[in-house]
Amino acid sequence: MKPIDSAQQKNRSIVRTLLFSCVLMFGFGFALVPLYDVFCRITGLNGKVTNTGPVVPEGSDKNRSVRVQMIAVNNESMPWAFRALSPVVTVYPGESKHAAYLAHNPTAQRMVAQAIPSVSPSEAAQYLHKVNCFCFDRQPLDSLETREMPLVFVIDPKLPDHISTVTLSYTLFDITTTQVAETSTSPNPSKPNSIGRNTL
Amino acid sequence: MNTITKVEHTEHHGPAAGISRWFYTTNHKDIGTLYLWFSFAMFLTGGCMALMIRAELFQPGLQLIQPDFFNQMTTMHGLIMVFGAVMPAFVGLANWMLPMMVGAPDMALPRMNNWSFWILPFAFAMMLSTLFMDGGAPNFGWTFYAPLSTTYAPPSVTYFIFAVHMMGISSIMGAINIIATILNMRAPGMTMMKLPLFVWTWLITAFLLIAVMPVLAGVVTMMLMDIHFGTSFFNAAGGGDPVLFQHVFWFFGHPEVYIMILPAFGIVSEIIPTFARKRLFGYSSMVYATSSIAFLSFIVWAHHMFTVGLPLMGELFFMYATMLIAVPTGVKVFNWVATMFRGSMTFETPMLFAIAFVVLFTIGGFSGLMLAIAPADFQYHDTYFVVAHFHYVLVPGAVFAIMAGVYYWLPKWTGHYYPETMGKVHFWCSFVGVNLTFFPMHFIGLAGMPRRIPDYALQFADFNMIASIGAFIFGFSQLIFLVLIIKTIRGGSPATSEVWDEPTGLEWTVPSPAPYHTFTTPPEVK
Repeated sequence: MKPIDSAQQKNRSIVRTLLFSCVLMFGFGFALVPLYDVFCRITGLNGKVTNTGPVVPEGSDKNRSVRVQMIAVNNESMPWAFRALSPVVTVYPGESKHAAYLAHNPTAQRMVAQAIPSVSPSEAAQYLHKVNCFCFDRQPLDSLETREMPLVFVIDPKLPDHISTVTLSYTLFDITTTQVAETSTSPNPSKPNSIGRNTL
Repeated sequence: MNTITKVEHTEHHGPAAGISRWFYTTNHKDIGTLYLWFSFAMFLTGGCMALMIRAELFQPGLQLIQPDFFNQMTTMHGLIMVFGAVMPAFVGLANWMLPMMVGAPDMALPRMNNWSFWILPFAFAMMLSTLFMDGGAPNFGWTFYAPLSTTYAPPSVTYFIFAVHMMGISSIMGAINIIATILNMRAPGMTMMKLPLFVWTWLITAFLLIAVMPVLAGVVTMMLMDIHFGTSFFNAAGGGDPVLFQHVFWFFGHPEVYIMILPAFGIVSEIIPTFARKRLFGYSSMVYATSSIAFLSFIVWAHHMFTVGLPLMGELFFMYATMLIAVPTGVKVFNWVATMFRGSMTFETPMLFAIAFVVLFTIGGFSGLMLAIAPADFQYHDTYFVVAHFHYVLVPGAVFAIMAGVYYWLPKWTGHYYPETMGKVHFWCSFVGVNLTFFPMHFIGLAGMPRRIPDYALQFADFNMIASIGAFIFGFSQLIFLVLIIKTIRGGSPATSEVWDEPTGLEWTVPSPAPYHTFTTPPEVK
């Protein structure tokens, strides 16, 4: 009986090792989520803008101009009318530029929105400094209200020479329901579902 | 007294009578048979779905089915063929052949073996039941990209998720069993570098399964949580990222395509030497090539996503890494050709399928190289060129290899030779059908016809009609295969234990049909 026992022993240890690897790989699948974020932050991919707040004014470089295209996107079922006041502006690197987006709430309810910026090409993201932006705050709009949302930015003179056009895109998310949940103790069930997801 | 003990002895060791034999069996041959029949049933089911797709695409315009149902068909066809037909067929062949090839009496973990098979029918019953549900079956493509499979999915997606979980558990158990068998149960003297190549390729495949099936389980679990528990893994509104889905999915998905082709390499490496009557050229280079392909499969996943907006460095890395795979694959193809070179070849049905595999898989490999060129891929992405590419590697690749294997080992399983002429008719019908179906897809893909659509522009009409005719030829010629297998099981000229002309391998040292229990005392391998 001895050889069979030792074979069983070996099988057991193999099964244990392999099951453990499976658990590990299952965990690895989930670990990819934060890893992906960290990877994007380190490499500056995904066009996420991290430079915010006031900048020390440097002299603007008048020898060179950069086109900044401004794009407005509504996420999924967001009903607001949302657009850039002037879709393309030309700026000198180092110059502080004022721009604005226009938002209108066509619904019968007061809604709260949050805009998330993204820069393309992603290489340019680290050279775009936002001094002031409507995207820093939650933006409430009453029913049928229209508001201009200001934006002040500076293009870093260190922007690589081969980049002549920078696209700044804002995606507007409806965060009304999460706002209600956070600010009031009795959430209003009549509010529309912000994400509009069809589940079971 | 003596006779009584003898009767008891045989009763104890033979298969149980009746249907319960198949439910309770722990015999690797029985389980292999179950896997193979299940896989064949799924192959016909998925094939019917493919024929529905091709019937709709026979002419431009909407004739037979609605676009939403068309999408359900493309999705279910893909899922069933990948997880229901190709993968279980390889596991079935492994169950039948691995213990006999390494000189073991059975798989290392027979009871788990039974369980890993019997999960599958339930998983697929669940998956197929979604076709009859409110809102229809999953319609987001077999790659189930979020948010199509989360935010915009039909309610049946939850059943799909649990079905995938069950298939994953089944595959993982199968893989554990195969690794344990190969590492622990080899006959004395069967060193690793003496293992038949089918065993080697399956060992590597099993490790791939262990590495990536849990990641698939992870990604569908994330979907489940996004749909029902309010998380935002893939939902941009909650801070998630849909592109993340594609990264995690293809981290599983790319090794998965090698899971479907490596055992095919093994089968072909068994068959070609037998019918060329030469030793396999470059045995150890085959082993190393297979291992390198398996390793490379983990670092090329983003070539499926060239158009999502990867940075230039990423595109270049994944492009070169992908092209690198052509090197070990080329080694294998040249080895097969070198094995045939100056061999005294005969062209029985398994050999015909194996040669067709080498030629047609290489065509699929070349179109894969074209797709690997990142700048060109922007044109090819999501067109019929991609459909042509992966069908060339999967149908005349994986499926032909499975059929070659079935023809090769069928006399060993049943004890009868299959009717050779009928086998050849099956081969030629399949060969013509496959090429008629998938070759024109290259042209319509390059001309810009997108995949996964029920209707198309008029200029694609002729090639689509040819493809549909080919699909029906290929589909119906599989009925020849079914009849042939049933005929061979029922009778035929008795096979010798060697079956073929001096084949190598331990499986040919046992009688045909292989007794219910083989190698209860391990053979001595020199």
